[in-house]
Amino acid sequence: MEKKTLVMGVIGADVHAVGNKILYHAFTAAGFNCVNLGVMVSQEEYINAAIESNADVIVVSSLYGHGELDCRGMREKCDEAGLKGILLYVGGNIVVGKQPFDEVEKRFKAMGFDRVFGPGTPPETTIAALYEDLGVEPPEAVEE
Amino acid sequence: MKPVLLIDFGSTYTKVTAVDVENEALLGTASSYTTVQTDIGEGLENALHILEQKTGTLEFAERYACSSAAGGLRMITSGLVPELTAEAAKQASLGAGAKVIQVYSYELTKKDVTEIINAHPDMILLVGGTDGGNRECILTNAKKLSQAEPICPVVIAGNRNCADECEELLAGWETHVCENVMPRFNELNIEPAQNEIRQIFLNRIIQAKGLSKAAELISGILMPTPAAMMAAMQLLAEGSKTEAGIGELIAVDLGGATTDVYSIADGMPTQSNTIVKGLAEPYAKRTVEGDIGMRYSIWGIVDAAGIERISQLSGIEPEHAKEMIRFLSENTETLPKDDEWERLDFALASMAVETAVARHAGTIEQVYTPMGLAYSQVGKDLTPVRRVVVTGGAIIHTKRTGEIASHSLQDPDQLGSLRPVDAKFLVDRKYILASMGLLGQHYPDIALRIMKKELVEAYE
Repeated sequence: MEKKTLVMGVIGADVHAVGNKILYHAFTAAGFNCVNLGVMVSQEEYINAAIESNADVIVVSSLYGHGELDCRGMREKCDEAGLKGILLYVGGNIVVGKQPFDEVEKRFKAMGFDRVFGPGTPPETTIAALYEDLGVEPPEAVEE
Repeated sequence: MKPVLLIDFGSTYTKVTAVDVENEALLGTASSYTTVQTDIGEGLENALHILEQKTGTLEFAERYACSSAAGGLRMITSGLVPELTAEAAKQASLGAGAKVIQVYSYELTKKDVTEIINAHPDMILLVGGTDGGNRECILTNAKKLSQAEPICPVVIAGNRNCADECEELLAGWETHVCENVMPRFNELNIEPAQNEIRQIFLNRIIQAKGLSKAAELISGILMPTPAAMMAAMQLLAEGSKTEAGIGELIAVDLGGATTDVYSIADGMPTQSNTIVKGLAEPYAKRTVEGDIGMRYSIWGIVDAAGIERISQLSGIEPEHAKEMIRFLSENTETLPKDDEWERLDFALASMAVETAVARHAGTIEQVYTPMGLAYSQVGKDLTPVRRVVVTGGAIIHTKRTGEIASHSLQDPDQLGSLRPVDAKFLVDRKYILASMGLLGQHYPDIALRIMKKELVEAYE
């Protein structure tokens, strides 16, 4: 089966590199073709990378609390760039302070994100969502 | 004695350099007007005549040439995203020594195709998409192009999964498929495309340009002149198998119409907590500033630097300086005739060097993050480079070479520009660098040692 391509990175002025690396390994092991943009990624970088690599999904991470500001207008820019209907995921400590997650999720969904993941989400949860949304199966386990 | 002749067919001058490869000595240089309209061999004969008046009759064992005559290698490139594959295509073409007349991104329109046909390029480089990535763009562009009459070879170096289809679409055209310039996101892979471009230049362009008559006289036209310059700089920086080079360097070629800058340096960040943004940079990079030149593009220098700074550096009143600049732009053959004109050329050359190197070098800016201060770098960090090679008429025929060259260095007022902090300036007084690039193809050790000997240090 052809691999699905995802573009990932940590948005804005956020330099949390460790989680980004862990997610990259987890997604790659889960059978995805990952374009990892690293940290301090602007909306335009995700979009340009998604265009060139013909990505199926953009996975935005944010750890430093400013995610809501950083993510604004992203869906509209994707539409403008011809990436209509591309899946947008966001996860991490995406808002300031402790807020009820269902409200946060609602706000990000209103901004056009298809999936919103709160703090402490294990990679497996996101991977399961990716399989479901992209209609693909996990790669067959390789016998050690 | 075993004399070897090196020829540079320039757009205006045909320059010849004679080297004795047995004794590793430069025998002499000479130049004469290029005669591409009639028979390019005439200009060469004239230059040789002048050379032999200085050196005595020479029996050349081998003859090699590079050429930028008849417009050089004129290319058009087409990619997808401007900052990504379209930029990669431009880098590939510039690095191969081409003159990039236009860069297109995204899908070509009918008007674009008409423009391309009317521009009569020597070659088109078609790219777009990572391997397995975007297909629509390059396929659409191949299809659009196929509707026009074939005019030149097309190099296809995009998403490998649609290379076959592109070739089929462009059935009437001469096509050359090679590896993707960006196989994976942000991974620059421009050498295969460059080799292909150079091969086509050798096999096809030379004939088309009326240079084949000359080709019979010589062992081979090896490459476009800027590619020879790039080869020389790479040899000088890295050394040959048996002789060490001088290390990372920048070279500035200040011309009448354009200013070329080369850097042979990895350009990685020099301070910690720096994040590199943007397209990966080639280790051997060439940029061409089409609006910065001492005569034809003189106003570009004024636009970039401002008449105030030119006035300040030359000590000439702004209004008067403008008048003088107007005169030079209309009388492009003018050489400085007295102290005032010399001061003006000094100021212009200084600003041309500063502008061209600043555009070539990367930039860095401070970013305040909630986790503290970080730096964001775009392009190459050339601050640790310690050698700046300068060439070009306005810079090698003046006593103030060192002062002009020092404008390539970092300016305390513009710390965001990642230019060298301090450097030794090496001057190509005899204008031999392109020739040494040619010689280096067959005699790398000799070319390297001649460059080390002939490049003289200039002081501020």
